[in-house]
Amino acid sequence: MEWVNTIVQGVLTGGLYAMFAAGLALIFGVMRLVNIAHGDLIVLAAYVALVVTETLGFNPLISLICVVPIMAVVGYVLQRTILNRTLGDDLLPPLLVTFGLSVIIQNALLEIFTADSRKLNAGPIETASIEILPGVSLGILPLAQFIIAVAVIGLMQMVFYRTAMGRAFRATSDDQPVAQLMGLDNRHIFGLAMALSLAIVAIAGVLLAVRANFDPSIGPARLIFGFEAVIIGGLGSMWGTLAGGIILGVSQAIGAKLDPGWQLLAGHLVFLAILAIRPQGLFPKVQ
Amino acid sequence: MPEPLLDIRALDAFYGDFQALFGVSLSIPAGSVVSFVGANGAGKSTLLKSIAGLMPDKREAIVFDGEPIGDHPAHDVARRGIALVPEGRRLFPSLSVEENLMIGGQLGRPGAWSLARIYELFPVLFERRKVPATALSGGQQQMCAIGRALMSNPRLLMCDEISLGLAPIVVRDIYTRLPQITSTGITLIIVEQDVAQALKAADHVYCLQEGRVVLEGSAGAVTREAVAAAYFGV
Repeated sequence: MEWVNTIVQGVLTGGLYAMFAAGLALIFGVMRLVNIAHGDLIVLAAYVALVVTETLGFNPLISLICVVPIMAVVGYVLQRTILNRTLGDDLLPPLLVTFGLSVIIQNALLEIFTADSRKLNAGPIETASIEILPGVSLGILPLAQFIIAVAVIGLMQMVFYRTAMGRAFRATSDDQPVAQLMGLDNRHIFGLAMALSLAIVAIAGVLLAVRANFDPSIGPARLIFGFEAVIIGGLGSMWGTLAGGIILGVSQAIGAKLDPGWQLLAGHLVFLAILAIRPQGLFPKVQ
Repeated sequence: MPEPLLDIRALDAFYGDFQALFGVSLSIPAGSVVSFVGANGAGKSTLLKSIAGLMPDKREAIVFDGEPIGDHPAHDVARRGIALVPEGRRLFPSLSVEENLMIGGQLGRPGAWSLARIYELFPVLFERRKVPATALSGGQQQMCAIGRALMSNPRLLMCDEISLGLAPIVVRDIYTRLPQITSTGITLIIVEQDVAQALKAADHVYCLQEGRVVLEGSAGAVTREAVAAAYFGV
């Protein structure tokens, strides 16, 4: 029973990792941009939520109605004013610029909010749990987070494959010049993709901040989890990303169960093993 | 003399330091069918890409419907009613056949062409509308690429090398449907390596050689010998 419990907890954490990964995968898929600042943007979203909850007195989960649009606008503006200028045949400029952005965000947060760790308080829901099997209880909050993650991933999959915007994303990803011949302004499409990515980042940031302590320096580690989930899952579908997140979460939970020091190592080892055996990921893009 | 739909005035085009077009001037009246012929590297595709907005040009060098558009980006040129069927078809591989057509129509320009009309013109596309565009045969892909361009209800349709890599019977099949397209009032530019085909389909022919127009005339008046001479520069 203890092991079942471990795996279930790992799966629930995996949902959060999948959320970190989904925004990254979207951006890389649409514009071949590797966003090094992704983890720091998650932390930025957490601080935006902190400000919203403290000034307006909202429950963190309610604060999403402010944080999601704020981050989406940040994403669109960031893309149109800075990141679009870095895109081209060379992959290096966007890497360098987003790396710089990562440093700037971390230090700005440090200046404004200090290095103290903070946490969002979601109220009594945080400690509530249900027992699904004897010896296996699920926290309501982790469960709700997992359900939100699955819903977000399902929604993204639908946006990508069922809507005009998703069609425009896929067409632009396939062939930029021809997409422009169809009347698609790629700068605007990229702006929308970044807005969507940061809307997901906003949800991920708030869920992270409710679940654990955060401070300005934790972004890069979230970026690594996101990357690992994307690579394990492959770029074929959003469901692959969810699977990648769950595999990473379960590996970490099992590692931690064997020895608390092995939590992160176990995740990295499973990631390396999958990279070695199946570099295209479990659900690769078929073409 | 009515105002031409498309007027090109001393157009130069460059790929980096390499000059691909040298002072090309021509004017295309609305409702006509024009063909550009010439050998590989004569500048035909570059000319089409310039018109479509994929090459940086001087504003005044390309005038469409009385407005200079030489420096406009491709998405804006498309909005104004110029559609290009690119060389090699270049369908979107991650989109289905129907999605490829729909993305062509996403500008929402009003006009005669709709999904239903495209399927009427090319019934085989209707049968295969759910498959990925890459699963089509070469000829079907070409039909899909033409349909995708038509979906934007363009005033000017430009087809780059429709016959490239296709069996002669398939090429004939596609060419026999061109009148159905031009009958809706669309002005058509065809780039073609097959001179006989080009002379048959068009009202007016321009021969390009090394980035310059070396011969032009109405399709009836230009002889194959004159075109051959212009083609090879002998």
